[in-house]
Amino acid sequence: MSIVQFALLLSILVPLGATGPIGLLSRNPNLREAATITASVITFILVVVVYYSVKQGIEPQLTLIEPFAGVSIAFRAEPLGMLFALMASFLWIVTSIYSIGYMRGHHEQNQTRFFIFFAIAISCTLGAAFAANGFTLFLFYEALTLSTFPLVTHKGDDKAKKAGRIYLFILLGTSVGFFLFALIWTWQLTGNLEFRAGGIFDSSHSRTVLNVLLVLYAFGIGKAALMPFHRWLPTAMVAPTPVSALLHAVAVVKTGVFAILKICMYLFGIDLLASLGSHYFLAYVAAFTIIATAIIALRKDNLKARLAYSTIGQLSYIVLGAMTANAWGIVGGGMHMLMHGFGKITLFFCAGAILVAAHKTEISQMRGIGRKMPVTMTAFLIGSISIVGAPPTGGLWSKWYLLLGIVDTHEWILLCALILGSLLSAIYLLPIVIRAFYPANDSTTEVNEAPLTIRIAMLTCSAGCIILFAAPDFAYELMSSIVNFGTR
Amino acid sequence: MTALTPHLSALQVVLPLLAAPLCTIIRLPRVTWGIAMVVGVLCSINAIAILNQVQANGTIIYALGGWAAPWGIEYRIDDANAFVLLIISVINVFGILYARTSIPAELSKDRISWLYTAWLLCFTGLCGITISGDVFNVFVFLEISSLSTYVLVSFGTDKRALTAALRYLIVGTVAATFYVIGIGLLYALTGTLNMADLAQRLPDLSAQRTVLVAFGFIAVGLSIKMALFPFHTWLPNAYTFAPNAVTAFLAGTATKAAIYVFMRLVLTIFPAGFFANSTIAYLIILAAGILGAFVASTIAFFRKDLKRMFAWSSIGQIGYMAIGLGLATSAGVAASFLHLFNHALMKTAVFMAIGCLFAATGSTTLTALKNAGRTMPWTTAAILIGGLSLIGIPFTTGFVSKWYLVTAALELDMWWLAALVLAGSLVTAAYVWKIVETAYFRTDPDATFTRSEAPLSLLIPTWILVIANIYFGVNAQFTGAQALRAANAIFGFAP
Repeated sequence: MSIVQFALLLSILVPLGATGPIGLLSRNPNLREAATITASVITFILVVVVYYSVKQGIEPQLTLIEPFAGVSIAFRAEPLGMLFALMASFLWIVTSIYSIGYMRGHHEQNQTRFFIFFAIAISCTLGAAFAANGFTLFLFYEALTLSTFPLVTHKGDDKAKKAGRIYLFILLGTSVGFFLFALIWTWQLTGNLEFRAGGIFDSSHSRTVLNVLLVLYAFGIGKAALMPFHRWLPTAMVAPTPVSALLHAVAVVKTGVFAILKICMYLFGIDLLASLGSHYFLAYVAAFTIIATAIIALRKDNLKARLAYSTIGQLSYIVLGAMTANAWGIVGGGMHMLMHGFGKITLFFCAGAILVAAHKTEISQMRGIGRKMPVTMTAFLIGSISIVGAPPTGGLWSKWYLLLGIVDTHEWILLCALILGSLLSAIYLLPIVIRAFYPANDSTTEVNEAPLTIRIAMLTCSAGCIILFAAPDFAYELMSSIVNFGTR
Repeated sequence: MTALTPHLSALQVVLPLLAAPLCTIIRLPRVTWGIAMVVGVLCSINAIAILNQVQANGTIIYALGGWAAPWGIEYRIDDANAFVLLIISVINVFGILYARTSIPAELSKDRISWLYTAWLLCFTGLCGITISGDVFNVFVFLEISSLSTYVLVSFGTDKRALTAALRYLIVGTVAATFYVIGIGLLYALTGTLNMADLAQRLPDLSAQRTVLVAFGFIAVGLSIKMALFPFHTWLPNAYTFAPNAVTAFLAGTATKAAIYVFMRLVLTIFPAGFFANSTIAYLIILAAGILGAFVASTIAFFRKDLKRMFAWSSIGQIGYMAIGLGLATSAGVAASFLHLFNHALMKTAVFMAIGCLFAATGSTTLTALKNAGRTMPWTTAAILIGGLSLIGIPFTTGFVSKWYLVTAALELDMWWLAALVLAGSLVTAAYVWKIVETAYFRTDPDATFTRSEAPLSLLIPTWILVIANIYFGVNAQFTGAQALRAANAIFGFAP
């Protein structure tokens, strides 16, 4: 086993192994959190080691076990998964720092359980990112659903219980009913589930079946939250904010869109995808989701709910990019995965900061809060700009490539949807910041800025949005290495 | 040992059969347990040896008492029944291991030796059913196992155990009668009771209506024994009121042996496409399987007692095995064999965990599980993992079963069936989730709880099976390959 292979395997095992120390140190919160942060830093370093290997064109791979003939649990680091793993492992560090301030500031119960399942969820995310075949991807996809369930229901009250039910019902239902079905069907057709450049299907397979399969995959991957299977995401917002931030803006939902990108790229292949037909249908579903969720987001007064609907819409941008079935769309989709990740996590961090410091959850109560919490609201502004897709933030680049991809399809309605969606996101995000700097209605309550660790996390992520504007090339290089622009 | 090698098949039945009366003579609870345990372990080793021998040298044909086939009874062990024999023997060992602590809590001291006598007889019967190559001999063993099962069920602490046993006795006797009428017809027609001979002679007689009638009687008789929907009525009460260790043992063995014989008779001596109406016959089995899977799982959702809930779940899972059988392809039957093995593992583990709950709380109702996530984490986790396995979550055996069954359905282009099988998982998820919510969600978040975990002697056998569930879910090389060999053996019986 080479060093890079070892690093690849360890990057998945370290978060999982961290659960041991975290559990054992439950009586000493400071040491426990130190264990989480140490694990997250080590994981990130390991992922970076793998990244440098992938950058040089060497893609490490290893097969762990073959549960039954022809189907194996195997990992391979390829550019798309690399990008996802880099983002997830980096943001885990930031979220760990943030969680300390949040969980203590908000006096949450069962913090040890929280940190344990959080680490397991990260391990599953990295497992999915490095999956070398559809089977492995599915395993970690399901494991991620189950490991995040205790986080969603963290509070343990009736509301959390109900949210947990919807969460599991939709995610398990779609994945078992459609995703697994499509996978086994694929396996039955090709005898293979390996992610391979150019796809594993060929001209001998019936078009009708492939069209059906694509639709099954797109809806079966419920984590991508395509309408009408999006309900789980807003209800999952009962979870503590760090969960909403890292898992329901980055890890879990991005595992969904990542899986769709990966299946489009490596099971179908862009050329086959472009010849199918049902990808247009899915592109329109995504476009509809973008507009519909933006309108719903406009009407939500609860900040986390508004952000959740915004997330659903932004995920559909990525699905839309994949379904354009051309090089620009894929590059745009992959980059949007990263850019939206940084933007949205910033926004959620801010929402949590407001909750901890000012105990406010509704947007209408936040008038004037910017004067008390300038750092928080500045970070919120930068995150919002990144979601809208305007300079000076990284969101610009991904929107740009998505736009190119859609122009290439000559589907003008889709183009309109994309632009309208961005416009609406500006309308539902920016007024929050503007109102926050208005004079407050009542200046009697004393509000201070959020705890230090929360501020560090917010600033890191918002700085990330700006840095990604100046230096998006690593992401572009990764994404462009897997597509072929010559097909235009 | 080498001198014994040719007689391994006989030993499997003779050992427990001799040990049973020994228990009635000795009557000391601990000693009788020791006898049962030693016999169980020996039989397991024996079963492994038999499987090895079959894999190395092919089918074992053993003429009992040295009487050759047409006159004497023949034991005939191939890849299919060697596999089932292994499952039954291993589950039996864990059942007895578990019974050591579990039984004295439920039974008065003077009755314990009787329980082990009945247990050993039941085990004798199940082994006999599995390895016999003679349809009448199967009937004899079927009766031995059934009669002893009635006794085992009646040992339950609840008074209703007696009515449950009586009900099982009546239904079970009807089943046995049906079966014996069926083989009587076959004997009248062919003049033989040997399975291999029957498989050879029946094809020439396929035009006769008698064959069809015989098939009907045998199929119904065995359907009752294996609790195939809608012939399942005896099972919920029997499982609910039997002592916990007995339920765990029966869930992993009794129905399994019946399913095996069903497959053997239906597929080997009435091969597919053999008589004109066979397509309809298979469709009926398929339909019964699908209905059972959905109806029984739905009923399970509404049950308040955990033992009863999982008893209904068993009926549902038997439905899945029937689906694989109804496909009548080697992939479908392999899926059934695989699920037979996997389900034995998961259901025994679940019933043992419920027994742990009983040991700690004195109750097996859903309410007993309230807050159990806190007070008895190991017991609850065992039930949870067993439940996840029933749903078919990845990394558990249930997932492997689902995968094989769905593949088998898709192989025949029956995509609707594949979709139904997957949809069935969701119904299972519904009742498993009811348990999770009860166990892990507290009504009063501030209350503190003291640990009241079940004794280790109960938890250890439970957890060995739980871990086996995960192991065979991650590495299904052995089970998958063996199930496929078993399926091929079932189809390739006719010499």
